[in-house]
Amino acid sequence: MNSFPSKIFEQAVNEFASLPGIGRRSAVRMVLHMLKQNPEEARRFGETMIRLTREIRFCKNCHNISDSELCSICADHRRDATTICIVEDVRDLLAVENTNQYRGLYHVLGGIISPMDGIGPNNLNIETLLEKLKTDTITEIIMALSATMEGDTTVFYLYKKVSQLNRPELKLTSISRGVSIGDDLEYADEVTLGRSILNRTPYESTLVR
Amino acid sequence: MHLRKLSLINFKNYPEAGLEFSIEANAFVGDNGSGKTNLLDAIHYLSLCKSYFNPADNQNIMHGAEFMLIQGTYDLNGVEELIHCGLKRGQRKVFKRNNKEYERLADHIGLLPVVMISPVDSMLITEGSEERRKFIDSIISQYDKSYLNDLISYNKIVAHRNALLKQFALSRSFDGASLEIWDDQLVPLADHLFVKRHEFISRFSPIFQQHYNYITEAKEEVSIVYESHLEAGNFAATLSSSLEKDRYMQYTTKGIHKDDLVFTSGAYPVKRFASQGQQKSFLIALKLAQFQFIREVTGVKPILLLDDIFDKLDDSRVKRLMELVSRDNFGQLFISDTHPERVQKIFHDIGIPIRVFEVTNGFVKSNPLPAAHEPA
Ligand SMILES: [Zn+2]
Repeated sequence: MNSFPSKIFEQAVNEFASLPGIGRRSAVRMVLHMLKQNPEEARRFGETMIRLTREIRFCKNCHNISDSELCSICADHRRDATTICIVEDVRDLLAVENTNQYRGLYHVLGGIISPMDGIGPNNLNIETLLEKLKTDTITEIIMALSATMEGDTTVFYLYKKVSQLNRPELKLTSISRGVSIGDDLEYADEVTLGRSILNRTPYESTLVR
Repeated sequence: MHLRKLSLINFKNYPEAGLEFSIEANAFVGDNGSGKTNLLDAIHYLSLCKSYFNPADNQNIMHGAEFMLIQGTYDLNGVEELIHCGLKRGQRKVFKRNNKEYERLADHIGLLPVVMISPVDSMLITEGSEERRKFIDSIISQYDKSYLNDLISYNKIVAHRNALLKQFALSRSFDGASLEIWDDQLVPLADHLFVKRHEFISRFSPIFQQHYNYITEAKEEVSIVYESHLEAGNFAATLSSSLEKDRYMQYTTKGIHKDDLVFTSGAYPVKRFASQGQQKSFLIALKLAQFQFIREVTGVKPILLLDDIFDKLDDSRVKRLMELVSRDNFGQLFISDTHPERVQKIFHDIGIPIRVFEVTNGFVKSNPLPAAHEPA
């Protein structure tokens, strides 16, 4: 599969194969599929990709992807503007949004602190967050970052920065971490189980309402 | 706890092998290079998720093969446990217990304690401090789960901190707040690990002394001294006072990642003064102390792996070692040797039946277990 009868074909395969999670074999299948479609559909596909990179914007309030200055979440007046959920990237924002359990706003950091990957606080959307928190409208921020050392470190950094704002009434919470639903306790690792015990919740709050 | 069955696919020089063991003693006998030590290493893999000899997992896959598989059937307190280790080239290692995959390898370590005695142990004395830290870590993590997790976190923080120090140097800048979040996490972990290591050495050292005296039949004073930057007390203060140096060196110069053990005999460090024979006794005593320590702390007799010791030790030391092994405080035993008659005679003399496996170039032939000895 290393040499193709057509250079144009090969180029198209290379483009698809450059996408995350796509191997060469799948890339060939996709290109062959493109060729089978009528030219109009392929043109639309290509134009959408071009528009995507040319016209997409980032919400000036939360850094979510958006078609306009404010994203559809920030522009929605029914959402609770007093609560902000902090996420690493748009993918995590979509994951929280898909739970249908959250009605507040978001703040997309654009990554987490990881010196080994060359990412420090200055590379993240932290200044805009702190700016937002200076006003009194926000009463709670929820940290929804991965339970990794880098995620924890980022939470720790934000906690320190937020403490310096001198807003004692601002509530800082973190999503709970523990045993997954459907998991056998016997198979839960000690760290997770230990954390679940420490972060135990009142039983009534777990009842389905 | 004992290993009943072992099966291998594409592990080192074994395309395929299936072995059934005696719950007492087992010997892998063959020429040098036949692969007898690889069988001991496979057992080590199943306990500690890695090779005793080669830390590069991919190099333990048979040459030219795409994957390897090690499977062991254990008896743990009367319950059968199936442990599975699979590795495809270029992918991450998969460990399963009874077909359920571990999320983290650290969760498996400690379930099946093991102690290996091998000629490569001399690295403990001759090589740098990293070998001696590995020795301490591999013992403590077999009985203390949080230790290994903390150690992994500690090492990761040091790696991030070092990356940060490099960036400071490259950009000729300094950001104290960025460094502080790592230091704040590093200090409590370092304190905790220091206490654990310190406690371990103070309990371990007398056990070691006792084994050394038994093996050498001597009353020489031997000891293990733990050396750490954290002995100076307040590690946070140590870190901040070494900041200038750290920035200059572009890595973290102080911490438990620089700990060392100093082995002494009389008043002298063993590295320079001991004879070859003394050094060997020292190493065997270290390993036997490791065995006894794990047994005392966990209540489980570790599996003992003896690699090629009959060739490397003189007769009197072998005799003392075998006397120890024949007492009932030892559990299942695996041994590799070049001479089938020698190993059979040694075990006959101490009255323990041994199952002998003949190994030739990645192929194993098992001999039936000899009839059990009549009690005298
Ligand atoms: Zn927005």
